[in-house]
Amino acid sequence: MSQKRQKLFSSFLVNGSLLILCLIWTIPTIGMLVSSFRPRDRVLSTGWWNVNWSELTLKNYQQVLTGKEIKDPNMPGGVAKGDNMSRAFLNSLTVTIPSTVIPILIAAFAAYGFAWMKFPGRKVFFIMVVAMLVVPLQIALIPILRDYTKINLNGTFLAIWLAHTGFGLPLATYLLFNYISSLPRDILESAFIDGASHFTIFTNLILPLSIPALASFAIFQFMWVWNDLLVALVFIGSRPEVAVLTQRLMDMTGSRGQDWHLLMSGAFVTMMVPLMIFFFLQRYFVRGLLAGSVKG
Amino acid sequence: METTEKSFQSSGLYGIVAWIGRVAVSLIVPIFTFLVMWRGFIFLRDGNAPKLVMALVAIIWGVGGVAALYVVSNWLVERLGLRWRLLLQPFVFVGPGLAILLWYLFLPSLRTLYYSFFNRTSTKFVGFDNFIFALTDKAMLESFRNNLLWLIVGTSLSVVFGLLIAILADRSKFEKIAKSIIFLPQAISFVGAGVIWRFIYYYKPPGEEQIGLLNAVVTALGGQPVAWLTERPWNTFFLIAIMVWLQTGFALVVLSAALKGVPEELLEAARIDGANEIQIFFKIIIPYIQGTIITVSTTILIATLKIFDIVFVMTNGLYGTEVMASQQYKQMFKYQDFGRGSAVAVILLITVIPVMIYNLRQFREREAF
Amino acid sequence: MSKNHKLWQIITSLAVISLLVAACAQATPAPVTEAPAVEEAPAATEAPAEEAPAEAPAGGMVEVGGVEYSTEYAGTTVTIFGVAADEQARLFQKEFDEFTEKTGIKVEYEGNKDFETLILVRVEGNNAPDIATFAQPGLVADFMRKGNLIDVSTFLTKDFLTSKYSQSLIDLSMVDGKVAGVWHNADVKSLVWYPKKAFEAKGYTIPETWNELIALSDQIVADGGTPWCIGIESAGATGWPGTDWVEDVMLRTTTPENYDKWTKGELKFNSPEVKNAFDTVAAIWFKQGYVYGGVPSILTTGFGDAPKPLFEDPPKCWLHRQASFITNFFPEGAKVGEDVAYFYLPPIDPAYGKPVLGSGSIATMFNDRPEVREVMKFLATGYSMKEEAMAGVAVAPHLDADPSWYPTDAARGFAEIIQNATTFRFDGSDLMPGAVGAGSFWTGIVDWVGAEGTNTEDVLKTIDASWPTE
Repeated sequence: MSQKRQKLFSSFLVNGSLLILCLIWTIPTIGMLVSSFRPRDRVLSTGWWNVNWSELTLKNYQQVLTGKEIKDPNMPGGVAKGDNMSRAFLNSLTVTIPSTVIPILIAAFAAYGFAWMKFPGRKVFFIMVVAMLVVPLQIALIPILRDYTKINLNGTFLAIWLAHTGFGLPLATYLLFNYISSLPRDILESAFIDGASHFTIFTNLILPLSIPALASFAIFQFMWVWNDLLVALVFIGSRPEVAVLTQRLMDMTGSRGQDWHLLMSGAFVTMMVPLMIFFFLQRYFVRGLLAGSVKG
Repeated sequence: METTEKSFQSSGLYGIVAWIGRVAVSLIVPIFTFLVMWRGFIFLRDGNAPKLVMALVAIIWGVGGVAALYVVSNWLVERLGLRWRLLLQPFVFVGPGLAILLWYLFLPSLRTLYYSFFNRTSTKFVGFDNFIFALTDKAMLESFRNNLLWLIVGTSLSVVFGLLIAILADRSKFEKIAKSIIFLPQAISFVGAGVIWRFIYYYKPPGEEQIGLLNAVVTALGGQPVAWLTERPWNTFFLIAIMVWLQTGFALVVLSAALKGVPEELLEAARIDGANEIQIFFKIIIPYIQGTIITVSTTILIATLKIFDIVFVMTNGLYGTEVMASQQYKQMFKYQDFGRGSAVAVILLITVIPVMIYNLRQFREREAF
Repeated sequence: MSKNHKLWQIITSLAVISLLVAACAQATPAPVTEAPAVEEAPAATEAPAEEAPAEAPAGGMVEVGGVEYSTEYAGTTVTIFGVAADEQARLFQKEFDEFTEKTGIKVEYEGNKDFETLILVRVEGNNAPDIATFAQPGLVADFMRKGNLIDVSTFLTKDFLTSKYSQSLIDLSMVDGKVAGVWHNADVKSLVWYPKKAFEAKGYTIPETWNELIALSDQIVADGGTPWCIGIESAGATGWPGTDWVEDVMLRTTTPENYDKWTKGELKFNSPEVKNAFDTVAAIWFKQGYVYGGVPSILTTGFGDAPKPLFEDPPKCWLHRQASFITNFFPEGAKVGEDVAYFYLPPIDPAYGKPVLGSGSIATMFNDRPEVREVMKFLATGYSMKEEAMAGVAVAPHLDADPSWYPTDAARGFAEIIQNATTFRFDGSDLMPGAVGAGSFWTGIVDWVGAEGTNTEDVLKTIDASWPTE
């Protein structure tokens, strides 16, 4: 095989296998996308691959976005409109953004402290942080709720920011420590010789260098908080003023889950924000940012 | 730096004062943060500006408040003079994180450990009864077996697929779109994922039109439809497939970032020496990103141990698909048995100790400690 | 790097500014903030926010739906937490409109489908709502014994309660001699649904006895049809439709007293009575040709999807035993009474009369304040169910509920079934402790179906073993 043909062949092989894997990964999602445009009865009677193009409707999306149609004999036409999503959307953003940024900030400081500062108890404390990774957050709900009740914090956004910070912190510290501790020592040593303090080194050197790690953790924390139902239900409740998107979605499926078909269009609507964040942060995963300076 | 520290510790009084100072620093930042944020929040809550403005102010408030407090406390500590600065500054960095962990996870864990020795209403000491139950109950034994499958099959498949796709994508022009596609399931909530997979595994009696994809394929090939989720022991693997579908995106993103860190010169040099791609992969790339692979595997391993949503939504642990985390959740919240629920949580914690020890060893080898 | 430095500076200065702004602003309005009732009036809630309750004269009495309430507590708020979401939550909230307008007591309902978990977390977290509406009396008993609930008989007289509920319902709300709450709504479970037009066209008649029911099933098989549609899948609650079957048969084959003992754990699962009930169910479920799709279909069909084959032409199955709320899952446009109708699941042994299995929700009280008492009193009247009854989503268990509220004969029929019942018993799995009623009983049913009823004794023994010991 000539050099050129070999290159062509390997590119074909690479792109071909990538295509197959991507196809397998998207099939379930495509199924959901198609189903989200179909009426409920059709979804249950035929497979989505047998979709009849004329049956496609925007009604599911319309209900999700503008408010669900609720039977109400007292209203003209026997139908009332439920709340729309805008408030829940705003609530979700208000919950998610600080719940993503605060733990990253705190974890980055802690990771730097563990990686580059010497102090007694360092190992013990670090082991504690790593061990907390495995604690299921369910066991913490009741004690924390008790504390919150004592200081009258229940139902506020602050309550849930702090809760998500607490629950996300072990993973954030663990991942960021891994990254920050593997940054080359000579960078820091030369900075020290120049008379920089820990704080300056951290803010001016370590944070910018850690952007890929910060960005990847940010994505996951964002999605975890965005899609969380349990923590939000426990600490801020489901009153309409504070309910987040996932709660609105669950409400829409009805008391006995009879309207679950709205879940599919709803899932697509709620998915949009994390995807946008992903596309936005993806540009930080670029080759060369750390080339030659990082040891694995 | 070390010598100064040692001379401090030699004098006992200094040690005590320093210790108090550390605790104080660790606590002051979070408590002060908390108070300031809370005050601000009461102000925000009772204000009646438009929703959007309120949300925006709240976000800036919360995030800015935390950042500002680090700045302020560091500024304070740096005023103190070299000796005290060296002693206290590390706690400006790690203190707040530790204090929050203590409050949100460590103390509740201790409480759980304590309750695991009490009866269902936490009113009577029962010794090791709950643990005996947890280690002998039929459903629990089933959970141990299944958890092992989840850990081995689920974790390795997620990591292998993540690595494979990361490497393929790295060489492809369609990198961004491919990564986005694999990542996509991560953005779907568990409830949404549950509905999606329902329509993969859906079973209808023979002769009916199948609306589940797998059964449609099976019947099109002339087979009989299969009730996938009740078919022991294969159903556990079908549930694991959902986990792999969800988690591979995580492995991909992190591993792909690590791949970008492998210096091009190193690869070029190997190619010039005549190594083929497979050799390069195993001899250069894998050792180079070994640290990241361990991190990703550990994270997924732990996530797998904690996952109960998939099992809960798809089968509720029936047909032999029970796992420990879903048992813990059920015992605690459905059956209101705090003793047993706590005991299962403690066992979960113990299970991960070997993984943790391995991780710490790795850190030491890399001289991170 | 200098770019990042700037960014950092901007963040810091923003934070400092916001700190200052809040610190200054907070100084002035702080005293006003503490009054609890002045919480933001959300623009999203329509009707109740417009009321001006302060005008009601202090200390007076007003009448709502035939019962007097005090206006002394105008301006207070009572929180209610329950499982009903969406449509039913809206109707529930609406039922308080007149009450709030006249008494000035504001009622805030919060509904969530994860109610069972959340109520436990909130009560344990010292953050209980004033009132909670439970669908599981078993849970209510747990909370009552732990001392979380207020005995409503401390402020509602016996005469008042007996004027609102039948004695059997009051008995059902008793825990250790205390009245744990007041019934809010009810569903009938002992119903068999059938495709009316096709059923009549075939000349089938409604069975009055169990033997006739079996004869009808055989007739359908002889005519080339499949008599039953059964589906017990329900995600996190899979198995419950099966427990309903067993309970319905229990009521028809043994005394109500035995049923009560059974739900309390005094009659073992592995007893002749329970075993007989399982066997009677097995005679339908596992009989070749009786169930549409056979055993795999019983296990994997969602309870909401199970009645779908009734509506095909010709029907793919002819009979479906399920509670009144299944109408929510019928195909759009299907009319109860025309396309589909129901009959009462016939008795087996005439000695036990016409027993009815039902479910419902009971309102319980966690915080004892005068205004909460007023709301509980209101909930004990049929008037507090008017909207739900008029929408046909639930049946009012109250004696003073007006039958003319129900929109259809079908809905009125449910109310009649409850009233005509010689024995009314609550869904047994909801009465049992969570570990059995929402645990081993469900999983037991699944294991039992999986083995096609060949392991009845093992299953019953396993369930017995899981009964929690104190």
